[in-house]
Amino acid sequence: MELLLAITIGLLYASGVYMVLRRSMVKLIIGIILIGNGVNFLIFLLGRITKGSTPIISENSDTFLEAYADPVPQALILTAIVISFGLQAFAIVLIKRVYKVLNTDDIDRLSHTEDYDIL
Amino acid sequence: MLTAVLTGFIFACVLVFAGKPLKGRASLINAVVPIGLFVYFCAQIPQVIAEGAIYKSYSWVSSMGVDMNFNLDGLSMIFALMITGIGSMVFIYTSAYMKGSPQLDRFYGYLGMFMAAMLGVVLSDNLITIFVFWELTTIVSFFLIGYNTHDKGSRRAAMTSLGLTGLGGMLLLGGIILMGSIGDTYSIQEMLNSGIAFSDNAYYPLILFFIIGAAFTKSAQFPFHFWLPLAMKAPTPVSTYLHSATMVKAGIYLIFRLSPLLGNDPSWNNTLMLFGGITMLYGAWHTVFRTDLKAILAYSTISALGILTFLIGLGTKAAFLAALIFIMVHALYKATLFLVAGSIDKATGTRDILRLRGLGKYMIPVAIAGILAAISNAGIPPSFGFLGKDLIYEATLGMGESAVFLTAAAVLTNILLLYAGFVVGIKPFMGTRLDPEIKVKKLSPAIWVPGLILGILCIVFGIFPAVGEGLVRPALSAVYGEPFESHLKLWHGFTTILLLSGITIACGVLLYLFVKPSNQKVALMAKADFISPQVITEQISRGFLRLSIFWTRTFNSGYLGYYVITVMVFVIGIVGYELVAVLHVKVDFSQLKEVTFYEMSTILIMISGIVVAVFSQSRLAAIAALGVLGYAMCIIFVFYGAPDLAMTQFSIDTLTVILFVLIIFRLPKYKVLSNMRSRIRDGVVALSFGTLITLLILEVLAQPVNRELSEFYADNAYLLAKGKNVVNVILVDFRGIDTLVEITVLAIAAIGVFSLMKLEIKKSEID
Repeated sequence: MELLLAITIGLLYASGVYMVLRRSMVKLIIGIILIGNGVNFLIFLLGRITKGSTPIISENSDTFLEAYADPVPQALILTAIVISFGLQAFAIVLIKRVYKVLNTDDIDRLSHTEDYDIL
Repeated sequence: MLTAVLTGFIFACVLVFAGKPLKGRASLINAVVPIGLFVYFCAQIPQVIAEGAIYKSYSWVSSMGVDMNFNLDGLSMIFALMITGIGSMVFIYTSAYMKGSPQLDRFYGYLGMFMAAMLGVVLSDNLITIFVFWELTTIVSFFLIGYNTHDKGSRRAAMTSLGLTGLGGMLLLGGIILMGSIGDTYSIQEMLNSGIAFSDNAYYPLILFFIIGAAFTKSAQFPFHFWLPLAMKAPTPVSTYLHSATMVKAGIYLIFRLSPLLGNDPSWNNTLMLFGGITMLYGAWHTVFRTDLKAILAYSTISALGILTFLIGLGTKAAFLAALIFIMVHALYKATLFLVAGSIDKATGTRDILRLRGLGKYMIPVAIAGILAAISNAGIPPSFGFLGKDLIYEATLGMGESAVFLTAAAVLTNILLLYAGFVVGIKPFMGTRLDPEIKVKKLSPAIWVPGLILGILCIVFGIFPAVGEGLVRPALSAVYGEPFESHLKLWHGFTTILLLSGITIACGVLLYLFVKPSNQKVALMAKADFISPQVITEQISRGFLRLSIFWTRTFNSGYLGYYVITVMVFVIGIVGYELVAVLHVKVDFSQLKEVTFYEMSTILIMISGIVVAVFSQSRLAAIAALGVLGYAMCIIFVFYGAPDLAMTQFSIDTLTVILFVLIIFRLPKYKVLSNMRSRIRDGVVALSFGTLITLLILEVLAQPVNRELSEFYADNAYLLAKGKNVVNVILVDFRGIDTLVEITVLAIAAIGVFSLMKLEIKKSEID
């Protein structure tokens, strides 16, 4: 299963990078979301996956009695998911605003703020 | 002494607040500062003569060997008196010359700062503080040259001089650091006392290059001389003060000060002699081809600085004596000539020597000052200049085999310099009729008095050589190490030196009488411009600018895709090479057999989600696919014991999709923006990067894992924090502050989203 997940994560990264390289701003955000998912999965997988057992201590015990899933990557990913949502929400609203002002969805048309001439 | 050095800075700070009322006539009050300092330094003379030097120590950054140590010896005394004395005259002169200038207070502030920085350079014993003050003079000089900010030429001149002298400052820093690391101290006195021999060190040539480079750029030596004529764009008081009498002599001071440390080597002497010799002839020669009073003076200043470098290069006692006297001689007459040129400019509105004649009867005091300075410059007895020139010839004649060449060069330079002095100091006042277009304005005493005082001093110092001698005696023992026994005299009897002086004066006067400045000569010189150091340097700097622009435009294209591709290709190249060449990742396909049906189908859902999100032509479908992908991830989280993650992912994904859909219908439909080629290129890069990540994961998974941290949390979650869901306990208890910060970040993002939604932009603000 690790191999399959590793391939999936690679695919998530590849698709994310490909979308970031597109010129449409909507695709840019889709790319960022794809890479974000890839990162979360990466952390999850690198913390080693264990089937079934949640990191929750059973009712009538003070410590774990059997194998449990690593709680640290989970805590990290939980934070990451929430933060990336903040980023995505802001980015989505921002491109809407950019489109309203500049009337374009093409990133390459935003590459210069003004014409400059040094010589 | 610290107070004395810092007075100028304090003065400048005071002017920031109290400067406005000091305009107009009241600006004369500013001169109190340099006059007071001048008196202070005069009062120290007896002690310096008696004890050789006054050493004051103030600790600053002692841990790094940087202290405010001031050493007032003979050499420093000469410079300090010049800085404050000529400073006084310039301050008085400025009050009338710059009258009505809207930023006079600022101008005085710059002058005050310059004076302080210059005093710092000549009084500091610590090389690092010398560097600090040295850079300050460069910076203040920039502001003073560019004082007329609306004038393009003025701004360009300021940039040029900043560029060149700033380059010199950098070289100086290099030299100082090398000297400091070799000598294990930054104090010049300590280096002298330890008797360290720099010329034996392997880094000596480099030190030489740095220090001489610094001195040559500051003191306008060929081929760095050209910033000085350009700097004549500055108001005349600045040219007088910085670009003839004091700042340009900082380089001379530096090589003088360091010659006991660095100077006992032929490479030092020959370099100085060669470049000094070229500069003095080059500068003097150019005076013949100029018609602007200040341009003539600029080139003759370059020539005089060349003479000084040349003399220090000779390295004999006679040469040092000549250089010390000539520093004073030159400061006095050149300052006078500049003040005269400024006065003429002020009165007539022109500095064109072709149009200036017959001014003598309109401005008698200025004419007297000019003639006195020209006499001293020419070296006609009994002026101070006569003394100086005698000593120069004495120095060159004492050089053994090469005496003939060196003396000939000195004589030739002096002949041309005499011509230059006469053209500026005498020619405008001769003749009876004015140019019909020129109206002469009346000058206020504050304009002509300073020039007259300095002009008279040019003669007084010659008649009473004891004055100069008293100053030179401790200076010579400071830079040469031996006391000075003989006496300065005007009359030595009929000697070769007298003959040479006679030849100089005769040839110079003949040159003045028969060679007239003309526009043809200026044009002739302009033809040779293409090989002048100025043009070559400007071309180099333009080329460098073009290279920088090309570089910037290449690497900073402004296209996001370009940046991403660059980073990706770089990472793939470096990390990929390491992975393939070093690690040899092995992929074990046997584990695929253990994959269950549920897992397999979830992975397939994810992959199809990705494919639709990437290739769909409909934005809505792409977003829906993202949602599917997110939910499939939830399922994986559930499979592998992470219910909290599953819940979070589920709600967040739902929210994202809703937000996206709400916003998206306002946006345009997908357009075909890129061609097939760039798509294939991007696809290759993206797939390579994905492959790289997969290989990295497999490599990491093959390594053992450290569980210490997880075990700590798992063991203590209930015992310490009384919670059974370990993930929750980590978030809200063990790492509670992090979570608080995370919430803050979300709140900020929410505020951002809210304000972007609410923001109303007017049509007029868009363009």
